[in-house]
Amino acid sequence: MTGAVSPFLLRHRLRPLEPVWWLLAIAYFFVFPEYLAVATSVLVMALFALSLDLLIGFAGVLSLGHAVSFGIGAYVCALINLAGWREPITGVLASGAASGLFALAVGPLILRLRGLPFIMVTLGIGAIFYEAANKAVWLTGGDNGLPGVTLDPLLGLFRWSILGQTSYLYVLCWLLVLFYLARRIVASPFGVALQGIRENPGRMLLIGAPVLRHLVVAYAIASAMAGIAGALSAQTNAFVGLEVLSLTTSIDGLVMLVLGGIGRLYGGLIGAPVYMFVQHFAQQWNPYYWMFLIGGLLIFIVRFSRGGLLGLFDSLVRRVGQGHGDR
Amino acid sequence: MSYGLLLCIISIGLVVTMGLMRVVNLAHGAFAAIGGYLAVGLLTPLGVPLGLAILLAVAAVAAFSIAVERLLYVHLYGASELDQVLLTVGINFIVVAGLTVAFGPNVLPSRLPPSLAGSVDLGIRAFETYRLVVLAVGVIVIGGLWLVFERTSFGARLRAAVDNRTMAQAVGIDVPRLFSIAFALGSALAALGGALGAPLLPLEPLYPFKYLILVLVIVALSGFGNVRATLFVAIFVGIVDTAARYFLPESGAFTLYVLLIVLIVWRPDGLLAPRSAR
Repeated sequence: MTGAVSPFLLRHRLRPLEPVWWLLAIAYFFVFPEYLAVATSVLVMALFALSLDLLIGFAGVLSLGHAVSFGIGAYVCALINLAGWREPITGVLASGAASGLFALAVGPLILRLRGLPFIMVTLGIGAIFYEAANKAVWLTGGDNGLPGVTLDPLLGLFRWSILGQTSYLYVLCWLLVLFYLARRIVASPFGVALQGIRENPGRMLLIGAPVLRHLVVAYAIASAMAGIAGALSAQTNAFVGLEVLSLTTSIDGLVMLVLGGIGRLYGGLIGAPVYMFVQHFAQQWNPYYWMFLIGGLLIFIVRFSRGGLLGLFDSLVRRVGQGHGDR
Repeated sequence: MSYGLLLCIISIGLVVTMGLMRVVNLAHGAFAAIGGYLAVGLLTPLGVPLGLAILLAVAAVAAFSIAVERLLYVHLYGASELDQVLLTVGINFIVVAGLTVAFGPNVLPSRLPPSLAGSVDLGIRAFETYRLVVLAVGVIVIGGLWLVFERTSFGARLRAAVDNRTMAQAVGIDVPRLFSIAFALGSALAALGGALGAPLLPLEPLYPFKYLILVLVIVALSGFGNVRATLFVAIFVGIVDTAARYFLPESGAFTLYVLLIVLIVWRPDGLLAPRSAR
């Protein structure tokens, strides 16, 4: 009977391989205690890619300006902190709320657009925020950024260690909570409606779905999540620089997502570590070879492997499964 | 004014590939950059005169773009926007890396031949000769294009193929070949703009990303596929940008972007599109 139920609706069931990722993340903590700082930034980017997946993979809204949400979160978090509010968790929540509010304000205007004009406007908004942050030196520090973010101990109990054990687990917990939320959202009627809009907005409108309102809400959720990622990056790096708002950040997130596999939630979680691992080594070799590599990779994915790494894995599993079935 | 015309040459190239062929071509700036680099960075130092260097660079880019179109872009016609964005961004990355490896990471200085470096007095005030040359070339190219699109059978066939590909093929138009030629034309225009504009829009490896937004916005405002509208919008953008830099220097490119976004949101079909079209 379950075969008749749409796979959309089965998304919230736990699949056997899923805990593996989280166990690996915890294992990493014990196996490589000296490389936790890098891994923390990987987790932050994974969260950013996850938020982008909600937007692109599920709502079908192709934004090239998602770094704006990330950057707003990062700057708001740093500013709150520098103003004297050092409690970490509320700081992150406030930053996420700021990014979400930004999306609620902008969304109704820009989400009417589709296709090329929409891509263009998101690019333009990205450029505006970058320029604005660059010029507003009194607020953002301009090129110098905002250094000196210091935090109170987490929950009043855990100090922020130099090697970053607390940071790593702190970000991992945020990721787990938000990932769980994202799963629930995707499997909810609202999430299914979003996927309907992705596939055929005209038809969704005809059957009475409030398309624009759904899209705005999805954008706000994705933006708040990206803002949280930005805030976490501000807290764990103790610094915010202009690059959080740059086009590169948007594109990095997109590439990570596509590399892992778009529209399947784990895409960003797989893509971010692979991307940053390869980037780390390629850049030590020669920074420009890295750009060759990433350009080639993008072209390869579009041409040959639609589902990214997870898609490759799936088709591999299917092929092995078929092999068994033959015997 | 000449700045506007330069943007216009590059943007018209993009109108051809993006507006007529319906591909989100984010790699357009890359072709402009290759053209500029070939002309200014490779040929001119070898002693080729500037005009010839520009022509050779444009021809080289056109040939190169046909290869790229056959290999990569053919798969994009009718593909999702996400695929188009990803693939063309990938091309951008490769071109940026290639240019950096070949020419180094700094801005490429471009020296004008002495005959073009001075200025001429036209009675009203003195103008830089080079800007006048750019102006003249721009007017000729744009006029020529307009003729090609509106008055020749090539233009008619291209517009037919864009409007209804199946039907065009059914009446015997070789659509793939037509698209290759159109793509080469678009890229050649980009290369021309890049090469001609080298003294005004500095060449650097990140060029493909730097002018991307500006050019894309012009295309969006002109309503995807309308040569005449592109002309007006590009010149308008050039003037606004120059005026904003002049009157509000501290806000930089900011004014322009805000204005453009407001305009796109207000008129998503293009500035000159009739309101009833929606």
